[in-house]
Amino acid sequence: MSERMVPRAHTVRLELDDEPGKLLNALDPIAEHGGNLLSIFHERGNRTPRGQIPVEVDVEATPERFDRIVSTLRETGVNVVQAGAERYSEELTVLLVGRLIETDLSDTLTQFEHCSSASVADVSLTVADETDEVSSARIRLAAHAGETDRALAAIHEVAAEKDLTVISPLTRGDSG
Amino acid sequence: MKLAIMGAGAVGASVAELASTYGHEVTAIADSNSAAIDPTGLDTDAVLTSKRTSGAVGDDDPDAVLAGTYDVLVEATPTTLGDANPGYNHTVEALERDRHVVLANKGPIAERYDEIRTSERDSDGRVLFDATVGGAIPVLTTIGDLGRSNVTAVRGVLNGTANFILSRMAAESLDYEHVLAEAQDLGVAEADPTFDVDGTDAALKCVILANVLFDGGYALSDASVTGIREIPGTALQLAAEDGRTIRLIGEVIDDEICVEPRLVPETGTLAVSGTQNIVQLHTEHAGRLNISGRGAGGHETATAVLGDINRLS
Repeated sequence: MSERMVPRAHTVRLELDDEPGKLLNALDPIAEHGGNLLSIFHERGNRTPRGQIPVEVDVEATPERFDRIVSTLRETGVNVVQAGAERYSEELTVLLVGRLIETDLSDTLTQFEHCSSASVADVSLTVADETDEVSSARIRLAAHAGETDRALAAIHEVAAEKDLTVISPLTRGDSG
Repeated sequence: MKLAIMGAGAVGASVAELASTYGHEVTAIADSNSAAIDPTGLDTDAVLTSKRTSGAVGDDDPDAVLAGTYDVLVEATPTTLGDANPGYNHTVEALERDRHVVLANKGPIAERYDEIRTSERDSDGRVLFDATVGGAIPVLTTIGDLGRSNVTAVRGVLNGTANFILSRMAAESLDYEHVLAEAQDLGVAEADPTFDVDGTDAALKCVILANVLFDGGYALSDASVTGIREIPGTALQLAAEDGRTIRLIGEVIDDEICVEPRLVPETGTLAVSGTQNIVQLHTEHAGRLNISGRGAGGHETATAVLGDINRLS
């Protein structure tokens, strides 16, 4: 499977004029070129020195499509300050299920970072209600290029010690 | 072709029911206790009615079937693990009599593949088993057409019951136990769903795929298997917030066999819903092929069995 065909997460930092519709316009090329919008961080309270609003967009796309998204953004006049900085580091999302609180989630995450040499970028947690002791967390990690399999194996090991279940993404081959 | 059908459950009965439309004749049907045998051809409607009303397919001895008149043995007894009997013994005995065998029963092909191939080599009969993987989806036939050395990996959703449960849990924000009960009411899950929800059924199919791709050497004990019982509804919600969902994915990659719940893009190819199955074949020269459809059910599985029988004609 060609590397160019494998979708992965990319981060794009944009700077937008504070005018209605600017954000929406900026997002159009993403859908148009088959990108999957993962998250938008719209820092409305912040201003760049040029008076624009910084926006961070996470997009899942094949590198080929991502290139097209970035060039279209630039062609339409969007100020792309940084794109593809994450290209050689791979994003990885896993779900973690089990007694997450009782087994010290923050220690678990520290161990993930320590053992997998990946960094935890984002954690969403759903704590169990009283009838069910199992909690779930979604963890987004940034791993070094080509090391997602190794990072996943390390995560599985750490989780197994705490009797937690890891639900991993598809990595080898293709993620489709 | 004259068919002897071992097993009169949903698959065996459907093969009997559809055989004549494919131009074949049924000379014997047996379940574990009874049999109906007629070398000149059975009235399959009458036999199936008898099975429904009295519980017995006929007055003949099931042990006499394999010695009778038939070209193809259809092995549709329930899948068993370990020694894979009675399916394995039926298969070998028919081969010893130089008859063809078409299996819908996964046990013998997953657990004793090498022995069956050895028996086949000494026989004038051939063994086909497209129905054992993906029901009506022609997975093994497609691999045969591509040439197994051109298939680099196989990945897929191979159990409709587990997939139904996961897709309902995601769509309705319900917990496992709740959806399982619903699936049982609908007849999608069996009273004892262990085989499906623990991943065993999907794993057997992956083992069969590995045996076909690598010319034998694999059994269920070589597969790493995790089921879906432990997945809480909250995990599916967290996945959905991120544009993903969870599917029970079976993989045969780099001679490793693995079945486990995986995160997949919600709108991706592998996120089939309900009882649908999908198989992705990664090929050396032609990229990825996706084949999907109904992976279980009497008529669906019988369709694959009758396809194999046609290939033997």
